[in-house]
Amino acid sequence: MKAIKDILDQQRHLFQKGGKYENFYYLFEMAETFLFTPDHTAPTKGVQVRDAIDLKRLMMTVVIAMIPCLLFGIWNVGHQHYIATGQVASFIEKFGIGCYVVLPMLLVSYAAGGLVEVIFAIIRKHPINEGFLVTGMLIPLILPPTIPLWQIALGTIFAVVIAKEAFGGTGMNVLNIAMTARAFLYFAYPGQMSGDVWTYLGGATPVEGYSGATALAVAYDTSVAGTRTVEAALGDSWYAGLYELKNLFLGAMPGSVGETSTLMVLLGAAILIVTGVGSWKIIVSVFGGTLLMGYLFNLLGLNEFMSMPPHYHLVIGGLAFGAVFMATDPVTASHTETGKWIYGFLIGVLTVIIRVFNPAYPEGIMLAVLLMNVFAPLIDFYVVQANKKRRLKRATV
Amino acid sequence: MELISLGVRSIFIDNMVFAYFLGMCSYLAVSKKVSTAVGLGLAVIFVLTITVPANWLIKEFILKEGALSWMGSGFASVDLSFLQFIMFIAIIAAMVQLVEMVIEKVSPALYGSLGIFLPLIAVNCAILGSSLFMVQKDLNLVESTVYGFSSGIGWFLAIIALAAIRERLKYSNVPDGLKGLGITFIITGLMGLAFMSFIGISI
Repeated sequence: MKAIKDILDQQRHLFQKGGKYENFYYLFEMAETFLFTPDHTAPTKGVQVRDAIDLKRLMMTVVIAMIPCLLFGIWNVGHQHYIATGQVASFIEKFGIGCYVVLPMLLVSYAAGGLVEVIFAIIRKHPINEGFLVTGMLIPLILPPTIPLWQIALGTIFAVVIAKEAFGGTGMNVLNIAMTARAFLYFAYPGQMSGDVWTYLGGATPVEGYSGATALAVAYDTSVAGTRTVEAALGDSWYAGLYELKNLFLGAMPGSVGETSTLMVLLGAAILIVTGVGSWKIIVSVFGGTLLMGYLFNLLGLNEFMSMPPHYHLVIGGLAFGAVFMATDPVTASHTETGKWIYGFLIGVLTVIIRVFNPAYPEGIMLAVLLMNVFAPLIDFYVVQANKKRRLKRATV
Repeated sequence: MELISLGVRSIFIDNMVFAYFLGMCSYLAVSKKVSTAVGLGLAVIFVLTITVPANWLIKEFILKEGALSWMGSGFASVDLSFLQFIMFIAIIAAMVQLVEMVIEKVSPALYGSLGIFLPLIAVNCAILGSSLFMVQKDLNLVESTVYGFSSGIGWFLAIIALAAIRERLKYSNVPDGLKGLGITFIITGLMGLAFMSFIGISI
């Protein structure tokens, strides 16, 4: 470590003001802060300092929290590949196929987004930080494993330029960057983002009776046909027990790379909540809103999807992943504590509404999060106004 | 139930701003502060709720083919619908004058902050657009009242959400060339992306 530090210190003068590579200072700074803890901190004395947390630690905690989802997703891509092609494979073989599919996705997303970030940092002279490590990992986790790599690059570049750098970079965006990338790809290339794209076949012929439909698609089709309950249809999938409640929770089923396993998402949620990085209020209220809306639809019971038990909403599709990693994004969520409850609750409610009513989009959480990102500043505004009014009433002049 | 469905549809699914991109001029110009945006939004709701049914009456009893038959059998074949645009605009302009006088009387502060944009509601395309959609959709009197009111709500929601975002943007570091209207256009596009969630819902 000492040796690296020395090398960096020797080069420092080249990048500082007046140096040869003055324009590339933030690249140097990125390398330095990535390797070593930055030494510019708040004064150690003062009542406002309660913790040594900074952006670096915050972002790295999120990356760590996503690792269970990533590892499970890698295994699951291989697992789905082998059950769809009807082969028996060992854990290592499944993991190998998964790495072969998922790692290029991850690399492309990091490379494309990182390049844009570096160009903007040099031109606009703002520092680069670990925030991009989070976005770059989220993007492959919410995309189907069969997506062409150039689309990942395009989506990432679009999201980083339009949703982030146009607003000035980390911490200043309005919409969640990863969700913007996914929504952009969804509307631009619906062919690669919907339908039978959730299982990586790799050119092999699937076994007889194979169906690539996700649990959400099964639920929606059942409700259109209206001949049996969603539970019965999910229990009766082409591969024994694929969509039984236990497996829906564990997540060995087709879907976007990282979203399938509710268990792994909850593990990530535990890391985020224990370290205080993610807001438990948002996570709880998203789940609460989903359950409540699911229950209300049960009472209405106009079609089979509405009559599906509310807890199924929590385990099918990407709701858990979206609630834990997307909705809690501290930049785009509501900033006020009361606002967080409202914000999360409405995400849950909207997700169920979009799932049940909108035939065009089987998955509701993506657009629900984006829509509430749009309304989060408004919620904050009115929470602050209400607080002002309350305190003015209390004040005695 | 029909009316609720029409209302929800015109607030969220057929949103004036995000589905038809109508009323953009005042939407972009008066969205710097939430309080002003709320004022303008309420004025738009009010004007829409009055003008759409008023225009329905004009269409039904004066302009439509055979509408003048109440004046005598000689008028039964008269078709004045080519006057539709000019009549609708005249009604809207008169209503806007009314709203302007009311606001000036009730809230001079709001009147001051709305400035030129209040008279400009008269040429806000969302207002004329709603009346023309009313003709196209063949609504009746109650439906057109609900339609006018809920289109206004949809526009109101859109403008206050944008205003709140723009207030938060004070803390952002937008590139020089994009400051002001440029970034507002980008935000509007991104908001439209988020509003896509409703397009396709059939209630």
